[in-house]
Amino acid sequence: MTTMTIAKAINEGLRASLTNNPKSLLMGEDIGPLGGVYRVTDGLIRDFGADRVVDTPLAESGIVGTAIGLALRGYRPICEIQFDGFVFPGFNQITTQLAKMHSRSGGKLTVPVVIRIPYGGGIGSIEHHSESPEALFAHTAGLRIITPSNAHDAYWMIQQAVDCTDPVIFFEPKRRYWLKGEVDTENPGPASDPFQAHVLREGSDATIVAYGPLVPVALAAAAAAEEDGHSIEVIDLRSISPIDFDTVTASVKKTGRLIVAHEAPTFGGIGGEIAARISERAFLHLEAPVIRVGGFHMPYPVAKVEEDYLPDIDKILEALDRSLAY
Amino acid sequence: MGATQLPTPGINGTGLDLQSPAGGASSDPAADMIQLLGPDGKLGTDPVFSDYAKRLEPEQLRGFYADMAKVRRFDQEATALQRQGELALWVPLTGQEAAQIGSGRATQRQDYIFPTYREHGVALTRDVDLAELLKLFRGISNGGWDPTENNFHLYTLVLAAQTLHSVGYAMGIQRDQKSAEANGSNDPKAAVVAYFGDGASSEGDVHESMVFAASYNAPVVFFCQNNHWAISVPTEVQTKVPLFNRAKGYGFPGIRVDGNDVIAVHAVTEWALEHAREGRGPVLIEAYTYRVGAHTTADDPTKYRESAEEQAWRGKDPLDRLEKYLRNEGLADEAFFEQVRVDGDKLAAHVRSTTQNLKGPNFRESFTGVYAEPHPLVAEELAWFEEYSAGFEGDHEDGGK
Repeated sequence: MTTMTIAKAINEGLRASLTNNPKSLLMGEDIGPLGGVYRVTDGLIRDFGADRVVDTPLAESGIVGTAIGLALRGYRPICEIQFDGFVFPGFNQITTQLAKMHSRSGGKLTVPVVIRIPYGGGIGSIEHHSESPEALFAHTAGLRIITPSNAHDAYWMIQQAVDCTDPVIFFEPKRRYWLKGEVDTENPGPASDPFQAHVLREGSDATIVAYGPLVPVALAAAAAAEEDGHSIEVIDLRSISPIDFDTVTASVKKTGRLIVAHEAPTFGGIGGEIAARISERAFLHLEAPVIRVGGFHMPYPVAKVEEDYLPDIDKILEALDRSLAY
Repeated sequence: MGATQLPTPGINGTGLDLQSPAGGASSDPAADMIQLLGPDGKLGTDPVFSDYAKRLEPEQLRGFYADMAKVRRFDQEATALQRQGELALWVPLTGQEAAQIGSGRATQRQDYIFPTYREHGVALTRDVDLAELLKLFRGISNGGWDPTENNFHLYTLVLAAQTLHSVGYAMGIQRDQKSAEANGSNDPKAAVVAYFGDGASSEGDVHESMVFAASYNAPVVFFCQNNHWAISVPTEVQTKVPLFNRAKGYGFPGIRVDGNDVIAVHAVTEWALEHAREGRGPVLIEAYTYRVGAHTTADDPTKYRESAEEQAWRGKDPLDRLEKYLRNEGLADEAFFEQVRVDGDKLAAHVRSTTQNLKGPNFRESFTGVYAEPHPLVAEELAWFEEYSAGFEGDHEDGGK
């Protein structure tokens, strides 16, 4: 066991992938000598060279499009998009090419590309640096989307993304980059399946589902609710596509109540998908409607008011109160 | 001049003048254009590319003609199949045979080709069964052939997306060759050809692909067929400078070639591929040609262009001029041209019968192709569909859905 931050865990995971898989390579803006704007690739160009840690021109479609070509040649490119809000110039390549290539070829071609995207708010930044666009990708068949919430998962999940034959969007909770945790670099343990949700805290009165940056918030809300005598189960979804509905369903059948929390706007979001599926799978077990806690239907607001926008402990507790009142 | 040397900048008529200012090209496209075989069927000279033309054996020249005639015959058959309701759509290539056969025949087996969606002639040169191309247009596949068999990628319908794939693939070749050289391998060097058109040249992906290719010196040949029309919009709306001039802005050679002159296209593409394979970076070729027919079978060119323009270009027909040359030089006799017609009809019959016998797709395959690894949602939805379909069994004579 080693203690490290999520950023360092991803760095070490990338190092392990580069070491174990000679066909893997990193590409992105400023990922070489600078080590990326968040230093997640710090030191890797020194150890693996410029052919494997590629500083690219400033062009996101170019990064994703050339990564597809490299994958078609047998490589496993791991792309860094600098910030969530800057992925859109590459959106065409991701949705029309990367996601569809395997299907288009009738299964003959594979494009094992990983796209790392730091996402989410709470960092007091300027426009385009705080967004949560995961639903836009989840709506696209052919992509897999995973997001770690802790260092151990980050270390293993990035390697699992590289090993996956399908394209994977790897969302990194940027405001948790410096969150420290224990990492077992020898054994993934419960992290052996990146597409499985984890029950982080068991409870009997209600379930909170969260992922990425909101997992610590959900845990804190559950701890606060416990002081009021409520036993709350917390699930870290980990995978946004596919979603491990079995784990969520089993939990809701036990608790009868479900809150889904994410930073992304609730409208058209992952929470709505979970609510719909759970209403089908566990309708007779539900004691209350599934309640979503998420962003508002607006462009991500300016930093000085983002605290009002972001889901926090109080908003989750308020949702719990509403759920428990049914 | 050695094949490996960069032609001297400034040679008149080579189109390789890297010194002249962008936009400085004459309004007469011929002034900047490599042409060896004119519409009159006479072979001219070029200080650089005549050497390449001289390498061609009579058998190859006859082969070029046979290929062009075959793919034109195929094009007519596919158009007829569309008219008869066997295809949802067809994208004719008539007029562009020389650009496609000349460039395709310049590639080697180890090269990899990324076509757009009109490259039926290139497909022929890569030994793709042309009947396979029709699956896409019949609505039974989004691809149709195995790209790894002939190093001929699937048609890409989102314009210019494949230019970036080409550069990435070329970056992979660079890495492969580096490790092959380290291991003492003597495998032939490879390059990539990225096909696109004058319309697609306006897409941002073309710009990004040229930036990446230049930055990494990637072994890629950008082959732009300027067929003058992006559906109904003329090239003048896409660019104010001759397209080949854009290469200067990226720092690699750009060449305009008469796209209806199969000998010049072959020569220029061979030069460009050698340039790329030998590690000297990308090249842009603009094949100056014309889409004689409609954009697709759903298009109506009478709404946006004059038939006089079409007629003028028919006068520059790529097959006619090679036929004249072969006959004048005594390189082909009537029996040869008769055989070409017979082979064309044979191909057309093969394409027709194969297409009509193509089995409809099974919707279940749409589920299995989404992901390479098992996916619970797809499995769940397929299971639901099976159960739903089973409910209809016996409703119809054919056993239901």
